[in-house]
Amino acid sequence: MATTPPELSIARRRARTGERLIVNALFVCAVLSVAVTVGIIAVLLVDTVEFFRESSLLKFLTGTVWAPGRGAGEGGRYGVLPLVNGTLLIGLGSLVVGLPLGLLTAIYMSEYASSRVRNVLKPTLEILAGIPTVVIGFFALQFITPTLLRPIFGADQVFIFNAASGSIAVGLMILPIIASISEDAMRAVPASLREAAFGLGSTRRQVSLRVVVPAALSGIAASVILGLSRAVGETMAVTIAAGNSPKMTLNFFESIQTLTASIAQTVGGEVASGTPRYNALFAVGMTLFLMTLVMNLISARIVRRYRQVYS
Amino acid sequence: MSSLTEALAPSTLRRGASRTAAKITLDVVFSAVLFVGTIVGVVALATLIWTIVDNGWARLAADPIAFLSNYVSRLPARSGIKAALVGSTYLMVLTALFCFPVGVGAAIYLEEFAPRNRVTNFVEANIANLAGVPSVVYGLLGLGIFARFFRMGPSLLAGALTLAVMSLPVIIVAAREAIRAVPESIRLGAYALGATKWQAVRRQVLPAALPGTLTGTILALSRAIGETAPLLVIGLPVVIFTLPNDLRDPVSALPLLIFNWTSRPQAAFAEAAAAASIVLLALLLAMNAVAIFLRNRYTIRW
Repeated sequence: MATTPPELSIARRRARTGERLIVNALFVCAVLSVAVTVGIIAVLLVDTVEFFRESSLLKFLTGTVWAPGRGAGEGGRYGVLPLVNGTLLIGLGSLVVGLPLGLLTAIYMSEYASSRVRNVLKPTLEILAGIPTVVIGFFALQFITPTLLRPIFGADQVFIFNAASGSIAVGLMILPIIASISEDAMRAVPASLREAAFGLGSTRRQVSLRVVVPAALSGIAASVILGLSRAVGETMAVTIAAGNSPKMTLNFFESIQTLTASIAQTVGGEVASGTPRYNALFAVGMTLFLMTLVMNLISARIVRRYRQVYS
Repeated sequence: MSSLTEALAPSTLRRGASRTAAKITLDVVFSAVLFVGTIVGVVALATLIWTIVDNGWARLAADPIAFLSNYVSRLPARSGIKAALVGSTYLMVLTALFCFPVGVGAAIYLEEFAPRNRVTNFVEANIANLAGVPSVVYGLLGLGIFARFFRMGPSLLAGALTLAVMSLPVIIVAAREAIRAVPESIRLGAYALGATKWQAVRRQVLPAALPGTLTGTILALSRAIGETAPLLVIGLPVVIFTLPNDLRDPVSALPLLIFNWTSRPQAAFAEAAAAASIVLLALLLAMNAVAIFLRNRYTIRW
């Protein structure tokens, strides 16, 4: 953002020829981002509308069977609830893994760790965040399920593809998000608050839990919602780890299918344009887009409110 | 008086001492919990890397040249990543070509030239939203618009455009940070010498912001290279025996191949997937090292 308003700027006022053109070109670049959003909404909307011309919206939103059927997908059942069930299982399961670990890591980095330890931890978290999701999916399939879940919970209880494995994998992915944003929020808490608490005889634990975390709560909440949004949108790790069986279940040891995995599975085969199966892709995509949009808006709202408190 | 004697009575002191003891125990327990919580993340990362290397090193080290220069095959022992690796490289270069100019241009406009009005706020909010859209949805965008509507099909062009569109918000944010880090005094100095806005930007701000922008771009590209979902949705092939010659040619990608091999039941393909993952991780490590090197070496500390 230009910090000096134009009327007070001392820049030479009469621009040289061609500079108008350059600024216009830059403006086009900026507006291109709007074109992208329009493109996303358009492409999702067009085929979603097409989809609902053939299948009922009510059955989509309330049906508990997702069975696209062979070939073009005519005569298939398109109830989205099993997919939403799977997505929510993974979302909440990954929060169960990622939130405590991320928060503990954040508190440690912000309140306890020396700068030397921080300089090791921060890059480690960035590396974890940078691991491609296919690789994490591979790790889930080859380590989490056989070496972690099955020995502990029994090989007959735990399917090869299961939601718990997917939750752990995605939890590891959102751990860095929650940790770094929460840590930023905690660091932004003024030192005077901590010093006042220390001055009253608090231990570091009491300062962290009773002063810093409550003060940083909105930033932490924003990080959690962002993490959840990321978990909901995650495709490859869940497809590999949690499988492709859409069903309504609360059993984490069964295989399930998420919204994202259903898209990945459908495009795995050849799909012709205009068929119900093809259009279903975009209906599911629209559901996903709306879910993550709402979550991101809520998170941004919380961040805005939190920024006001300290400025 | 009585409250003081109460406060100093042995029973009160004993109660206070045990409360302090409880407090200290809680402190120690909490510190331990914190440490364990932090360590779990580090251990998980180490375990992940160990799993990949343990599964894939034998396959990779047995004959690295063959692994890198063979095409895929029905037989896992003969499968290689040539098409995928070359495809990923082409995709990365082309993606950079598309999104770097547009992203930096948008960042310059938003930071230097945009007036503070509703349109600008809308554009900024829009970019923030785009950064949170799942990668599959970008894949659907690529499928519906680039591959089908513009009839590019599952080609290098469609893949690169999709990845470019996906990386755009990240690059814009990184470039804006870099531009914002340049102090106002630099611009004011240029103005004082008679420069126009654009001259100040072009000659002073941009060169100063370049290292940070490049770092952010390389990091964004390294993330794009690891993405599977968008390319999967567009329909880029895994089984392909030619290298792309033309923008319209189909192209494969390393993460796609890893996904395909991971999904196969045979143990030998799992090893191949791990070996390919090692190559991908090495590539990412190299890119991140370059980005960090650039940041440390060329960033001007004002």
